[in-house]
Amino acid sequence: MGKFASIILILLTAPLARAADAPAAAEAAAGGAEASAPVRWESWRAGNSVADRASLQRGARNFMNYCNGCHSLKYMRYQRMADDMQIPLDTLSANLVAPGSGVLDYISTAMPAADAANWFGKTPPDLSLIARSRSPDYLYRFLKTFYADPSRLSGSDNLAYPLTAMPAVLSDLEGVKAAVYRDVKTGSGSTEKVFDHFDTISPGNLTPVEFDGFVRDTVNFLDYVGDPAQVERQSIGLWVVLFLLLLTALAMMLKKEYWKDVH
Amino acid sequence: MTPEAANGPGQRAAAQGGLWGWINQRLPVDVFWRSQLSEYFAPKNFNVWYYFGSLALLVLVMQLLTGIFLTMFYKVGAATSFDSVEFIMREVPYGWLLRYLHSTGASAFFIVIYLHMYRALLYGSYKAPRELLWLFGMIIYLALMAEAFLGYVLPWGNMSFWAATVIINLFGTIPGIGPGLVEWIRGDYGIADATLNRFFSLHVAAVPLVLLLLVALHLVALHEVGSNNPDGVEIKDKKDARGRPLDGIPFHPYYTVKDIVGVCVFLTLLAIVVFFVPTFGDLFLEKANFEPADPLSTPDPISPSWYFTPYYAILRAVPNQRIGALLMLLAVVSFFFLPWLDRSPVKSMRYRGWISKTFLGLFTISFLVLMYLGMQPAQEPYVTMARIFAVPYFAYFWLMPFYSRIDAVKPVPERVTFHG
Amino acid sequence: MTEVGAIAGQPQLEIDESRRKFLTVATSATAGVGVVLAAAPFVASWAPSERARALGAPVEVDLAKLQVGQMITPTWRLKPIYIVRRDPAMVDKLVQHDGQLKDAKSEDSIQPDYARNEMRARRADMLVLIGICTHLGCLPKQFFDAGDPVLGADWPGGFRCPCHGSRFDLAGRVFNGSPAPTNLTVPPYAFRDQDTLVIGVDDASKQGAA
Repeated sequence: MGKFASIILILLTAPLARAADAPAAAEAAAGGAEASAPVRWESWRAGNSVADRASLQRGARNFMNYCNGCHSLKYMRYQRMADDMQIPLDTLSANLVAPGSGVLDYISTAMPAADAANWFGKTPPDLSLIARSRSPDYLYRFLKTFYADPSRLSGSDNLAYPLTAMPAVLSDLEGVKAAVYRDVKTGSGSTEKVFDHFDTISPGNLTPVEFDGFVRDTVNFLDYVGDPAQVERQSIGLWVVLFLLLLTALAMMLKKEYWKDVH
Repeated sequence: MTPEAANGPGQRAAAQGGLWGWINQRLPVDVFWRSQLSEYFAPKNFNVWYYFGSLALLVLVMQLLTGIFLTMFYKVGAATSFDSVEFIMREVPYGWLLRYLHSTGASAFFIVIYLHMYRALLYGSYKAPRELLWLFGMIIYLALMAEAFLGYVLPWGNMSFWAATVIINLFGTIPGIGPGLVEWIRGDYGIADATLNRFFSLHVAAVPLVLLLLVALHLVALHEVGSNNPDGVEIKDKKDARGRPLDGIPFHPYYTVKDIVGVCVFLTLLAIVVFFVPTFGDLFLEKANFEPADPLSTPDPISPSWYFTPYYAILRAVPNQRIGALLMLLAVVSFFFLPWLDRSPVKSMRYRGWISKTFLGLFTISFLVLMYLGMQPAQEPYVTMARIFAVPYFAYFWLMPFYSRIDAVKPVPERVTFHG
Repeated sequence: MTEVGAIAGQPQLEIDESRRKFLTVATSATAGVGVVLAAAPFVASWAPSERARALGAPVEVDLAKLQVGQMITPTWRLKPIYIVRRDPAMVDKLVQHDGQLKDAKSEDSIQPDYARNEMRARRADMLVLIGICTHLGCLPKQFFDAGDPVLGADWPGGFRCPCHGSRFDLAGRVFNGSPAPTNLTVPPYAFRDQDTLVIGVDDASKQGAA
């Protein structure tokens, strides 16, 4: 279906607010039920709105506390966040700016790249553009489909990005969960294992609904970081389009008037 | 310039006093204005298909303007290009607007040009005496494809890098000189800083100059023979006592005022895309290009920008690399031969029979389907479908000498059909 | 322009000239406004970028080690800033040669309000100037000792520009006979504490890019 269908979808759906996916939170709340239908994590949607400043502020805080230890945002300055999210500069300095950085600096990470590559097998990538090179929906799914896998060095794996080098860093908030598969007959007669649902092994500090909000805010923040001008762009755009519609109307009237001459 | 103009109004303007007379004695401003605009006659029955020439000119100007400004901030180099584009997007005041105008403008250029070319297929605008006009247009199309390809490499994203790798490797299929040619174009053993730098020079300076020259030649050729029209009737065949075509109207003010409406509608649509959906669902700005170039990781799936995908689909349909490249080249080059492939006595589709209409319709559908197929991964059923749809594509051109001759024709009117 | 209606071979209908004129003017005016609005982002793009503004952020200077009669030259917004510690003797001399100055009261020169005084500074002991000659932009050299052999026995101490010979006193004020028209410019600055100078802001408690 791909790109043609997505054009129609883009044109029909509101660009700012993505449709929130209530079933995702409800499924998370159910925490793996004995539902007969498998959990369709591939169609979970982030449902974030970059215009929601409070959400962006929470997302910024989440990122600094949980992600900045390994991941940089090398195209983003601290001060820009203060301006766009309307955070006073001293609050920003006190709570969000890493020690050793100033408000005008780009957001770097303290983890040395070489050490990270040694410990994780891969340098944690810079996340400035991750929401554009993947999508907010993908990031949402990624952060919510970590599951315990004792066979791996990190102790976990991920459904959206199998064999990821990243450990389940949010497990103290989300808890630890296991992926449960079920056998499904394939067309050629053999059976294969297909993901069915998650089982909670141990709970985290946040409830499933709270964790869902945590992830959504963080993804919202990364969406903003990917394209910080997007809210301003859309508000300018409205005026531009209205102006052009006015100009078009005038031009049409002018044309009709002159073309009365032509028979 | 007609003898009339040399003795007529132009002389009068030059004889005037004041600044206007002084200028006109030294530069044919008034003569130009009259001969090209206010006394240049165009058919009065232009329909919607006739907006796209002036729109193409508008997009060219817009790309030049936004491109010039982007070059003020862009820093070419394998180590700096990607970062400098993000610098423009985030730190240059309204840099994001310059970038989105330029990226949307590139796709808008091809939408406009394809519709502009399609008009010629509908109304036989490539037929005598407009063959040279058509050829200039086709060369412009080739130059535009080159310009788009070169420009796409400049952000040095991962898709930029791999698009460059794949397209340059096509030259490797040329027997004998292929591999050497590829290395010569690249300037290195793989796509590298040297390649990026020379592509920058070609994209910013060389090809735009070539484009401007070609567009000027295209317009001169057009004004020499005059426009065709939806009925395919030559308006110069019927003139009044003063030598003006009966079915013609002065370009200014009638088509200046009409083209302004076209410009306004176009700008409105452009603004909607630029300000609300600049990536246009991954079509105008691909996701993979928001990652820096990585020689060790090919994006999966990989495909060129939408305006190249019909030809890409044909390339991939053939299991032989060399023949695939040749067939892809033929798909583009076939257009050049249209004036001589078309043996119909009649210009416009309005007066041709059902055979011609069917071939054109199937060609249109094939072009669009191939465009879609070229965006899909290189697997079944897309490869087989591409093979199937390549047939009506090529048949439109290469069976035309036959079907255009045997097809029925309707009587062509003496005067244009115009519903005021 | 009645010829407008006379299309070849067409019967001429009545043209409402005033409506045509009105619509032409209305459309042209609106389009003109559009052109100006469209030009605005292009013009704005030339303003200093975020990077330039960040690099042009206020600069903190530690004055603890600066001796009397010494000058340090940090850079702010790509310009050299002359910071000189003056002793009371140097400051006293400043009032003695007002008649030899082009702009003794700094009426034509550029400085913040707090520097529009005889000492051209917030504090008598600290001179802060932009070290660019107001003639054609060279960097004046320091000649702080009074009675310099080259500059003459009554030279009170100050600066001399090597390019065309402009001379300035120890408050940056230009002497008569110099090609420079005005006194050396004073940048905005403030003291965060006794020994910490912040160049680029009037208020040392503000953070971020100015």
